[in-house]
Amino acid sequence: MPRRTLGVIVNPVAGMGGRVGLKGSDGVEILRRARELGARPEAPGRMAQALKAVSQFQDQARILTYPGQMGEKSCTLAGLPATVIGRTEGEETAPEDTRRAARQMAAAGADLILFAGGDGTARDLYHAVGEEVPVLGVPAGVKIHSAVYAVTPRSAGELVALWLQRHLLRMRSSEVMDIDEEAFRAGVVRAKLYGYLQVPEENRFVQNVKAGGVVHEAEALQGICAEVLRAMEDPDCIFAVGPGTTTRGILQALELENTLLGVDVVRNRKLLANDVTARQLLDLIGGNRAKVVVTAIGGQGHILGRGNQQISPEIIRQVGRENLLIVATKEKLVSLGGRPLLVDTGDAALDQELSGYTRIITGYGDYVIYKVGY
Amino acid sequence: MGRDRETLLRKYHQARWDEEIICEMDVPGERGILVPEAEAGIQEAVGDGTSRIPENLRRKQPPALPEINQMRVNRHYMRLSQETLGTDVNIDISQGTCTMKYSPKIQEHVATRNPGMAEIHPLQDESTIQGILHVYYQFEQFLKEISGLDRFSFQPGGGAQGVFTNASMVRAYHASRGDHQRDEVITTMFSHPCDAATGATAGYKVVTLMPDDTGYPHVDAMKAAVSERTAGIFITNPEDTGLYNPQIKEFVDIAHGVGALCSYDQANANGLLGIARAKEAGFDLCHFNVHKTFSMPHACMGPAIGAVGVVDELKRYLPLPRVEFDGERYTLDYRGEPESIGRVRSFLGNAQGVLKAYAWVMQLGADGLREVAECSVLNNNYMLKKLSEVPGVVIQYSEEKRRLEQVRYSWGKLNRDTGVGTDDINRRIADYGIQHYWPSHHPWIVPEPFTLEPCESYSKDDIDEYVAVLRQISKEAYENPELVKSAPHNSAIHKVPAPSIDEPERIAVTWRQYVKKQAAKNSG
Repeated sequence: MPRRTLGVIVNPVAGMGGRVGLKGSDGVEILRRARELGARPEAPGRMAQALKAVSQFQDQARILTYPGQMGEKSCTLAGLPATVIGRTEGEETAPEDTRRAARQMAAAGADLILFAGGDGTARDLYHAVGEEVPVLGVPAGVKIHSAVYAVTPRSAGELVALWLQRHLLRMRSSEVMDIDEEAFRAGVVRAKLYGYLQVPEENRFVQNVKAGGVVHEAEALQGICAEVLRAMEDPDCIFAVGPGTTTRGILQALELENTLLGVDVVRNRKLLANDVTARQLLDLIGGNRAKVVVTAIGGQGHILGRGNQQISPEIIRQVGRENLLIVATKEKLVSLGGRPLLVDTGDAALDQELSGYTRIITGYGDYVIYKVGY
Repeated sequence: MGRDRETLLRKYHQARWDEEIICEMDVPGERGILVPEAEAGIQEAVGDGTSRIPENLRRKQPPALPEINQMRVNRHYMRLSQETLGTDVNIDISQGTCTMKYSPKIQEHVATRNPGMAEIHPLQDESTIQGILHVYYQFEQFLKEISGLDRFSFQPGGGAQGVFTNASMVRAYHASRGDHQRDEVITTMFSHPCDAATGATAGYKVVTLMPDDTGYPHVDAMKAAVSERTAGIFITNPEDTGLYNPQIKEFVDIAHGVGALCSYDQANANGLLGIARAKEAGFDLCHFNVHKTFSMPHACMGPAIGAVGVVDELKRYLPLPRVEFDGERYTLDYRGEPESIGRVRSFLGNAQGVLKAYAWVMQLGADGLREVAECSVLNNNYMLKKLSEVPGVVIQYSEEKRRLEQVRYSWGKLNRDTGVGTDDINRRIADYGIQHYWPSHHPWIVPEPFTLEPCESYSKDDIDEYVAVLRQISKEAYENPELVKSAPHNSAIHKVPAPSIDEPERIAVTWRQYVKKQAAKNSG
């Protein structure tokens, strides 16, 4: 008797631009050029790789998928029986197909949606189901800035297999990031934080079983919030809290309204403003003492310049480097694989000033000295 | 019969007895021991014995223990022991950082069966326990020589308690100087987690240094970490990677420069005996895990010993009592130092353990101790060379460098190539008669980690067999990954369930809990 329902969605065109050097596959024109250059769909094969790990637990799950290249083919390749729902219009699939598939699966009671694609696909999932249904990405796209993907197709499949065996699997809010592809092809990187999806926690940094004494992310986040709240006991200091789930917890703990994607401003534990622009923030700070709380956003480890451009160079200079509170879990730091945290404020001299060994808040009374670079 | 001479592999198969839980073996009325009634003469002198126990301390009902005869109890635990892979039956190179060396059985005999030791009590007058006080005093002289520090206490019952004792002494030192602004301690990511945890328990905030490409932290990171708020540094060297930080003196100098104390976690000093000392590296405090480096058994999280040592300036903070010697008699000093942090464990700590370790040092002598270090480093680098040739194994950090007594290896490449990870291999090695290995403390910085330590006890043949097992599993992973992922196949338990230990609805750790959960389950 299947205990759970798994949705399977493949964006067949994801990744096609990459093989032929087009740095992305979004947009009909790019896709046409990709095909002309000989690109072939690879995402269905990558999804099949992931599903192979799931197939031995197929009696535990009811599988829902979309026709043909959008999932059916991958299930067949993996030998996984699946119920095909919905239909696709025309030969080429479009973002709307992914969105519709996700919505229909959510409506049909999917407990988890496994999808293959890139950052564009993650945005489609976010648009369709938000944080209502947990999802997990099989990396297949050209751009993977979003934190909703497993490291490899196989590890995605193994995580789903674990989810089928376990009663509990921790979920975390993970970032959906994307860049402006047109600007990117012109050589300009502009990343944007679009929102968050619920993703099962992939324990790459702890033992799978018998892991006693491990601080799970939820506890680590609580510790970080408590540490920042301790700093907030100073009633005259203004706190600008940047976007991110790590920082969101701070405003939640104060029971203040917060914007996940924006900068919120607090003084003496009271809200001054939500979702401020750089100009508004500068005005609010005025001549007051202020601290700015930021966290690493996206897979690259940017603490400034990705998704929090509101915290402008002018503001950082005004509050001073010592008043920039950087928060991150140890797992997040370890996941950077030794690469530094990054700043990209748009002000090269400031980036240089901010770089070097810096104190990161990793818990309550707990810090890591980590390198910041640019 | 016997191992395959070519491959060195065994056709191991673990026993499986399918035993009930002991509480389920209860036969009402059955007895293991019938305690005889006291003889008439004794009864006359002290009465029936039980009536001397105060009324309010006496049980109203007998305890709800299973009633089983002695032979069945013995058989039960013998069977369970056959379903385990303890240090005396397998090649215990697996427990890197734990130094699972051979504990000579003669020491066990001397410490637990010899009446001169087994029948003494810590409350006896000190004039009647001169022998064990002599052993304490002598063993302290050994550790002073080995570390270069000036005084030791053997009271802490384990390594983490030793580090906590050191953190408490650091706190007492600063407090006695009226220096109350220091509220931080510094450690490194590859030091044992107790260096961070016990500092926090002692009330400090903890600053952790991350390793750079070399495997140990950069001096600049240390410079960025210290301030007038730093109370002390608590670090290991070599760290868990087995790499010795050659700049350790600079780290110590930077800490001293801001008035902080330096505590050297020498829990595992097997690569250092007779070669490098805490004193020359500038440390003010250190600790040794006597159950690692000095061969006493680990005691399963039980009575071990974390011997703590300090320089002269700090000796007044050491726990009490201390064993003193006036040239003729050994005495216990309970009150000599008002600034002592006090007791950290009852009486003198684990006296049997001290005796075992003393016996071990006496068997080896000073030259023997140095040979221990040399052999363990040689064994380790031999194994490192052999394992670096196994497909899928990665030597993380400073690959060209020799290690000291242990190495944290990585199956990262094997995992990328085959999908087989360190947890899978950890289950598979049991099929070859080797107990699960130690992956790493958390978080895993080295991907798919495993940490091995072939200390001086193991022969070349033992190491070759261990490497042969890992080579075989690597081959299996590349040829038939499912075989490894579905392991173990020759063990008492064939399917290790995936749930983690934080699933209270599925896991019971006591009989009472089990009965309760079963009842709840049955009632729907």
